[in-house]
Amino acid sequence: MNKFAKLLMGAAIAGLSATASFAADNIKIAFIDPLSGPFAATGKQGLAQYEFAANELVNKKGGVLGGANFEIVAFDNKISPKESLIQLQVAIDQGIRFIAQGNSSGVANALTDAIKKHNRRNPDKRVIFLNYSAVDPALTNDKCNFWHFRFDANADIKMDALTDIIKKNEGIKKVYLIGQDYSFGKAVAAAAVKMLGAKRPDIEIVGNELHPIGKVKDFTPYARKIIASGADAMITGNWGADMVGLGKSVISAGFKKPIYTYYAASDGITKTFGSDGEGVLKLVGEGQLNPPPNDRADAYVKAFKAKNPDTDIGQPRIANVIEMLARAIEDAGTADDMVKVATALEGMEHDSIWGTKVKIRESDHQAIQNVHILAHTKNDIAHDFDNSGFGLKVESTVDMASAESPTTCKMKRPE
Amino acid sequence: MTGIEANKNTGTKRSDDLAPHKWESRRLINWSSAWPWVSAMVLLLALPVVFPSGSAITIMNQMAITIIFALAYNMLLGQGGMLSFGHAVYMGLGGFFCMHVLNWVEYDGLWLPLPLLPVLGGLFGLAFAFIIGSFSTRRAGTVFAMISLGVGELIAACSIIIVVFFGGEEGVSGDRSMGPEVFGFDFAQQREVYYLIVAWLLISTLAMYLFSRTPIGRITNAVRDNEERAEFLGYSQRHVRWISFCASGFFCGVAGALFAVNLEILTEENLNTTQSGIILLVTFLGGVGFFVGPIIGAIVFTLLQTVLSLYTEIWQLYLGILFVLTVMFFPSGLTGLIAVHIAPWKAGKLGLLAVPYAKLIIPLLAFVLSGAAILEILFHAREASVGDEAMTLYGITFNSHSLLPMIVAVVVAAGSVVIMKRIMPSLKEAWDAASPVSNAP
Amino acid sequence: MSLFIVNILDGLVTGLLLFMLCSGLTLIFSMMGVLNFAHASFYMLGAYFAYQISTYVGFWPGLIIAPVIVGVLGALIERYGLRRVHQYGHVPELIFTFGLALLIEEVVQFLWGKSQKAYEEPAILDFTAFSIAGNAFPAYKVFMIFVAIGIFLVLLYILTKTRVGMIIQAALTYPNTVQNLGHNVPLVFMGVFGVGTAMAGVAGVIAGPVLGTFPGMAFLLGSIVFVTIVVGGLGSLWGALLASLLIGWLQTFAASYNVRMEDILVALGMEKPVDLASSALRDLWTLTLPQIGPILPYLLMVLILIVRPQGLLGKRET
Repeated sequence: MNKFAKLLMGAAIAGLSATASFAADNIKIAFIDPLSGPFAATGKQGLAQYEFAANELVNKKGGVLGGANFEIVAFDNKISPKESLIQLQVAIDQGIRFIAQGNSSGVANALTDAIKKHNRRNPDKRVIFLNYSAVDPALTNDKCNFWHFRFDANADIKMDALTDIIKKNEGIKKVYLIGQDYSFGKAVAAAAVKMLGAKRPDIEIVGNELHPIGKVKDFTPYARKIIASGADAMITGNWGADMVGLGKSVISAGFKKPIYTYYAASDGITKTFGSDGEGVLKLVGEGQLNPPPNDRADAYVKAFKAKNPDTDIGQPRIANVIEMLARAIEDAGTADDMVKVATALEGMEHDSIWGTKVKIRESDHQAIQNVHILAHTKNDIAHDFDNSGFGLKVESTVDMASAESPTTCKMKRPE
Repeated sequence: MTGIEANKNTGTKRSDDLAPHKWESRRLINWSSAWPWVSAMVLLLALPVVFPSGSAITIMNQMAITIIFALAYNMLLGQGGMLSFGHAVYMGLGGFFCMHVLNWVEYDGLWLPLPLLPVLGGLFGLAFAFIIGSFSTRRAGTVFAMISLGVGELIAACSIIIVVFFGGEEGVSGDRSMGPEVFGFDFAQQREVYYLIVAWLLISTLAMYLFSRTPIGRITNAVRDNEERAEFLGYSQRHVRWISFCASGFFCGVAGALFAVNLEILTEENLNTTQSGIILLVTFLGGVGFFVGPIIGAIVFTLLQTVLSLYTEIWQLYLGILFVLTVMFFPSGLTGLIAVHIAPWKAGKLGLLAVPYAKLIIPLLAFVLSGAAILEILFHAREASVGDEAMTLYGITFNSHSLLPMIVAVVVAAGSVVIMKRIMPSLKEAWDAASPVSNAP
Repeated sequence: MSLFIVNILDGLVTGLLLFMLCSGLTLIFSMMGVLNFAHASFYMLGAYFAYQISTYVGFWPGLIIAPVIVGVLGALIERYGLRRVHQYGHVPELIFTFGLALLIEEVVQFLWGKSQKAYEEPAILDFTAFSIAGNAFPAYKVFMIFVAIGIFLVLLYILTKTRVGMIIQAALTYPNTVQNLGHNVPLVFMGVFGVGTAMAGVAGVIAGPVLGTFPGMAFLLGSIVFVTIVVGGLGSLWGALLASLLIGWLQTFAASYNVRMEDILVALGMEKPVDLASSALRDLWTLTLPQIGPILPYLLMVLILIVRPQGLLGKRET
């Protein structure tokens, strides 16, 4: 059906018609993330990576279950929990059984809750939630459920790895914590206080504060406080414009010490920081792009850049999601029985394209993998971000970070 | 109704709905004006049979909730002339409160049948509107608008800070199906929820309609049109505004409660300024001067939001263009566009317009489509990944990086503008002929 | 103490930047009686135009060219949009500017994409002007202060000492009389709107490199601009200046000092609950001043509107 006819049809029946018949041979994955509005850049980057990974890692190799291809179906949730739930319903109606989402833990919380209820109320139309980016620890602790799988290291794991590195750095005596005033910012701060206290009791936390999310126009006053505190390092969970604003203010106010952060790369951020961030910005995260861990990863990134020159592989774990889902479907021998697929995914150990093992813990469905400290730099960068020449280079690595960390998850499995 | 009260009603300058006034009948509704309600009820009952899928029902639920919210908003904007920039607060607060009630039902054994939940939501919205209204309705105009903006921002900010009540950015979620069953329904399925929401849609719409027909509703119009004259009639303009503000708060709360039932989660987005802006947009798009305006606005907006966004990424751009054009050229909204045809229709002269309209529709359609094509081609040319230059628009696949499609689109757009300009005089003539003489300006 | 001085200077920068936006807005309001919701959108356009120009010819030409383009655009919008809507009344006018703000944000995203743009300050100003106890004060901020003060002086001169200024002032209060005297009042309106938006454009050009150039920048600043002119008194230039500085300092100091509610409550003789995590008042106890800093202006506005609806220095009620 052509687009115009679709539009007319859509207007006429409001896209409300009964379940569309779906192609038998394609396995559809609903990608529910922002594709319009202020966070569209991140959402589109994720979509490009999903489409590329599905093509490159599954479809080009002959698909799964003897020829079924992966198809990514994009749904724009406008980063709103309300819209996400509507799009989830639309996706389920279209017969889609795999839901991928990552931007915003608030949305992830809404989705995991809705999916839990949906699967209980509609046992014949169950779905699996592939969370590739939302890192609120609660999702694999108090709010965990059998249908949710998290492929990114959660905020606690990242902080665990980060504090392991800080522990070895004797030069750091004073740390300043600052974050956005919401669950993720608070989780980062709480984890930092707890873990630094356990690993380096001599470190003084000279500042621990939250600022309103997305409301601060000028971070200069915060920068002044940080400088005045005499901190040797700063830890922040900020993202988006709040990360850029904070980082730029702190650097231009004269801070030359490391800024440890979670999200300060790609989507224009790397380019905006440019040379100011050199030697200052340190990210904690999974996925190694520089130096390329192996030829396969190198070729994968190059092929991606050739197809999407204005986009980056900002979330390397997306390749893991696709590969592991394909394996789980093969192992289960079905793409319709979600209990079997979820069971196959539980406990799976996988050699990822990024040269590290990824293991899905059975107890809470959290992926355990190598976590790196990545430096924002211009040197030895094979794959830059934002075509700026700057990129992230692995500085140090914690192998299989937090593999034995406790979880409060009491998972209920379907009988 | 006494003669004195009847006199007051003449203080209204313009009619607020499409239905003719029936004041002489001394009844709020009579049977001849009941048919829109009956047909609406039949239509609403039949909709889930036509569109049975879960997503369709979710969207229709959303639409019904937006209708209630927009109608409640228009109690202020259209009927009272009060422009609020923070009205999502009352719907959101009602919704949050109901979410907590649902959790009390689930965990603390509170006995409450789900269909009664909106009453609680409404009362909570009312209570809050009572408090805020006590100072914000002292003045109308810019002061009211600015206070509503400030209060809206304050409460939206509190939603992040006061985690106990608002649940932070994750919001508060619950399970609607834990209450006592009502006639064998536990409301686990979307369809059951649909009928619950539709019942409340009808109740609230009728109640709001009747409110606009009561003396106090009429005085609200009078205060909107001329504060001083209303004061001279012995009505405190402040109290009148306060009362309609509270009534509006009540129905916002009802909408919030239904939202809680429909999606089982309330988050910060339910009461932020974006949400407040959207409801203003919805109401204005539909037409503030008519009772049915917000209903039409809510339907059109929900369709645009859910359907248009399936087909194009730049739907918000189209929405923005549509909104600005509406304000500029049709300040009485979509309903106003329909309403201007009533007079020719009554005069039996609507047929005169048929031919010029038919002539206009083709270039107009061509203009809209080619205009959209220009935007889509530009957007595709910039956003598409390398090697992905082929784009499909209106069933034609072409290279978005080549000049030809753009030239074609521009030529069609320009051509249709020229043709429309030519047609305009004949359309105007037809209008003059079709309009009853008494209505001619 | 040194931190206090630094904060005073930072607050001054924020306040003066705010003033550049507010002065235009308040002029437009006092002439046309319409609150221009899209004013901050012109600020955003200024930043984006200047960014685009800077990629070709560098920062300095952008400082002149971008505001001119923004001003012309503003004048055209007044002529063909606002003037049309004016006949329908004030509420549609307000709604028109509201829609315009939405539309401009969408157009900016359409033209420049959704990511942050790497709009940089000129290299010649990329150094530390002076330091106070380790706190660097960038030369660019000194430049911002001078530009803002310069604009204020020029504006003041034009409004009070020139013929054009006299006509504008007269048209503020007696538009019909001025019209009857043979002046083209609609043209004056168009000019004022153009100049007002151009000033917002200047603010965008110089704020873009510091506060970031991204599609949300107008929304972030938009409502605070209103708050400022309402607090200062609609239509009052001195009021706008006073309120801008007040709000600039309010926000700077609120973010700088970690006043904790806990300390206040304890000082008031209340006892901190032992089990804070399950206390219904836990959010009150953990509240800090920086947390609520950005909403203080709104609180201020609501209080002022209740107590003194004409604003600090306003002469008439809105």
